Amino acid sequence: MDDSYLALRAIHKRFGAFTALGSIDLSIRKGEFVCFLGPSGCGKTTLLRIVAGLETQTSGSIVQAGRDISAAPPAERDYGIMFQSYALFPNLTVAQNVGYGLVNRRHARGQIAARVEELLTLVGLPGSGGKYPAQMSGGQQQRIALARALATSPGLLLLDEPLSALDATVRVHLRNEIRALQRSLGVTTIMVTHDQEEALSVADRIVVMNHGVIEQVGTPLQVYREPASPFVADFVGKVNRLHAVAEGDHWFRCGEKRLRCLPGMGADFRPGSAVALYLRPEDRVVGAVATDDPLHCAGTVRNIEFLGGNCLTEIDVDGLPGQPLQLQYSLNQMDEFGVRQGARVSFALRADRLRVFPAEAAA
Amino acid sequence: MNAMAAAVRPVALRQRVHWADRVGNFGLLGVLLLLGVGLVAPLLLILSKAVDAPEGAAVSGASAVSGWSAFAAYLASPALLTSLWHSVWVSLLVTAIVLPLAFGFAYALTRSCMPAKPLMRTLMLLPLLAPSLLSAISLIYWFGNQGVAKDFWLALGFTGIYGASGIVLAECFAVFPHVLMILVTALSLADARLYEAADALGTGTVRKFFTITLPGARYGLISAGLVCFTLVITDFGIPKVVGGNFNVLATDVFKLVIGQHDFRRGAVVALLLLLPAVITFGIDWLVQRRQTATLTARAVALVPRPSRGFDAAMTLYCLTIVGLVLAMFGMAVFASFAKLWPYNLTPSLDHYVSGLVDGELADALVNSLKLAASTAVVGTAVVFVGAWLLEKTRGFDALRPVVRLAAMLPMAVPGLVLGLGYIFFFNAPSNPLNGLYQTLPLMVLCTVVHFYTTGHLTMVTALKALDAEFEAVSASLKVPLYKTLWRVTLPICLPVLLDVSRYFFINAMTTISAVVFLYSPDTKLASVAILNLDEAGDTGPAAAMAVLIAGTSAGVTLLYLAAGRLLDRRTQAWRAPAR
Repeated sequence: MDDSYLALRAIHKRFGAFTALGSIDLSIRKGEFVCFLGPSGCGKTTLLRIVAGLETQTSGSIVQAGRDISAAPPAERDYGIMFQSYALFPNLTVAQNVGYGLVNRRHARGQIAARVEELLTLVGLPGSGGKYPAQMSGGQQQRIALARALATSPGLLLLDEPLSALDATVRVHLRNEIRALQRSLGVTTIMVTHDQEEALSVADRIVVMNHGVIEQVGTPLQVYREPASPFVADFVGKVNRLHAVAEGDHWFRCGEKRLRCLPGMGADFRPGSAVALYLRPEDRVVGAVATDDPLHCAGTVRNIEFLGGNCLTEIDVDGLPGQPLQLQYSLNQMDEFGVRQGARVSFALRADRLRVFPAEAAA
Repeated sequence: MNAMAAAVRPVALRQRVHWADRVGNFGLLGVLLLLGVGLVAPLLLILSKAVDAPEGAAVSGASAVSGWSAFAAYLASPALLTSLWHSVWVSLLVTAIVLPLAFGFAYALTRSCMPAKPLMRTLMLLPLLAPSLLSAISLIYWFGNQGVAKDFWLALGFTGIYGASGIVLAECFAVFPHVLMILVTALSLADARLYEAADALGTGTVRKFFTITLPGARYGLISAGLVCFTLVITDFGIPKVVGGNFNVLATDVFKLVIGQHDFRRGAVVALLLLLPAVITFGIDWLVQRRQTATLTARAVALVPRPSRGFDAAMTLYCLTIVGLVLAMFGMAVFASFAKLWPYNLTPSLDHYVSGLVDGELADALVNSLKLAASTAVVGTAVVFVGAWLLEKTRGFDALRPVVRLAAMLPMAVPGLVLGLGYIFFFNAPSNPLNGLYQTLPLMVLCTVVHFYTTGHLTMVTALKALDAEFEAVSASLKVPLYKTLWRVTLPICLPVLLDVSRYFFINAMTTISAVVFLYSPDTKLASVAILNLDEAGDTGPAAAMAVLIAGTSAGVTLLYLAAGRLLDRRTQAWRAPAR
């Protein structure tokens, strides 16, 4: 018996001839915050809607808290849901919206009012129960939708792109609040998002999806540091891709450089096979590097993209013709090492962070 | 393993159906049944009647063949071909006249800074409150044998008002408001950014008109043209009153069925009438599908800028048209109050009292009110429930397109054809619903079905504007479907419901075409009475009746507006946020 609260087994979804989801297996522990992450059309929302019973999987089973809900209609499942549009009832007051699911459970009127006020306080909007949704800002509406979803104390909270309709600053603020609230309530939560930064910052585990299949399931750090596929490496964070040729024993030749990656960071390749090396812009050592170090590189700054506290530089590296590297410098490092357009810089690649994939998979 | 699963294609998993969804599915079946009985079955009977073997033909196998050959023979008869040709060229001519005139008026309403636009618009829509043949009756008072401007008409080279010229003129007035409404909608959907881009590129006014305005409104123009053509070719009130000996298809149906009881030939002509309407319907459907992509949600509304010369010209143009419409409308009102046309024009209530009350036609007005009120209530309820079931419930996915099509179909069926189908279907002794024939409930059914599509489309648009996830949220909160309908969907839709109800009321009040086949002496309607009075030569009382209908419609419209105001204040407070 595993400790999973929600288990998806071999979920398939076809729309006519189109396969939206192909064999999804996933198990979520109680109290976990899981993000479905992927580009639009990858099937993440479809998967969420299948969990909610708003779509029905073509085959496969769903077990929630030990109960098989594969064929249960939405009303017979236990979850609260928040949509991108919030779906607040515009003609009902905030209090009526939050208490919408409570009224039906034959609670006493005073009890409902108390619970509604408790929930509004929980989401930081005490005393606003008499207003209509149209009188609130987008961020406030989102909180009300959250309070409504939590009102009936569901075992599972489903969030469908809850933040994508908001301004950038409100978005960052609210995602931290959702995270804190989720921690304190301990409610198992699934959030769908296409924003990798959002997923990395709030999730306990991230499910990266593409073309209807799961590319990787892991903690944010795992997904970022040890992407399981070229797609994950490309989609989550920035990455350099270098064409290289395997030489055996984890050695790879890239231009005139020879690099050896850690044995755990990718399968060994037959000597002579074409591979792609993936390296994050921050995976380099700057400063005093011995020039006889095999990982030592020198190059000319071609272009600088200013990003605030950090800058992304594009560098033509000696010995890597036609494959400029993107490296990240903090603003202080820019001054310290005199990084300017056209300047010469030297650094060492962190070969221990290299990820290797077959070249055709990366295409 | 995967490949095998794909090859076998196991039966897709199905969700258990919640009891509330099951109720909804039965409701959907009910709507389909209603449209089946009230629309599809009568239409199918027309089809079968048209190809029926003529009386006395051989039975068994030969009957179908001889039925078809009789059908073909009748189609080729010179009388029918003449009527067909008349119908087509009259309709084309009216379309050619009305379309540019209405386009000009719509352009003035949407693209100029003309003063008193709402008033002009309201005045132009006035004719919708009366039966279309009001314009024909007015025409008789203007240019008829005893008309005030008969000499003017003759001086124009016409031999008289009775005939093609009268039909064309009266139809122009009758269809103008319909065409105008479509074109106003089309022209108000303009994206100001396109014009700004054109200005930035130094484009001239004329070029902007032909490269932006006209292409932007072309779907509206097509739609308006088709509606105009269909309205004219299927209308029979006006040709009946001012047509004289000029036969058109619509009057042929009426004469064949009511005059000669030749139902078979009537059915053949009805099929011919159905044809242009169905073609129109098909083209319009295609056009609508393509139009959805042309205007995005990010478009910026175009606000016309004042331009003295242009605005003055537009005002003058619109005043001329409004003046003509008022002259038309006003003449019927004036004549209905004249003591003895044309000799004694002092105002009196003679036509109302001795013509209508003494003629025992007050009942007809009461019947009309009953029909209109019932249609307004029943029609609105059915349309709302039908649209809601279609848009907001789950399950029965195979049935939904069928219901959608059945709801669109009434638009393509002229009232005359529908009414004839009702005779065939409900007057058949073998039909268990036979008892309904010539009763008010059947007329209500017929009227609801006749005007179903517009109400349905309005309702669907309103429901689609609601967040699609309301029902999903409710389900997650374990709140049953009907509760969300009652607490959220219905309150939000109330203003639209009121609009749809008014639409049903006005149309039930003014319609003639379908119900003309369905009344009995006890259930005679005011609009039909106009026709009978005119036929008997009582033009004065006919005008009086038309004015009464228009007055009733206007009064009811005002009541609806007042009710709408009240409703807005009581239940729609959430719409106007006070931050």
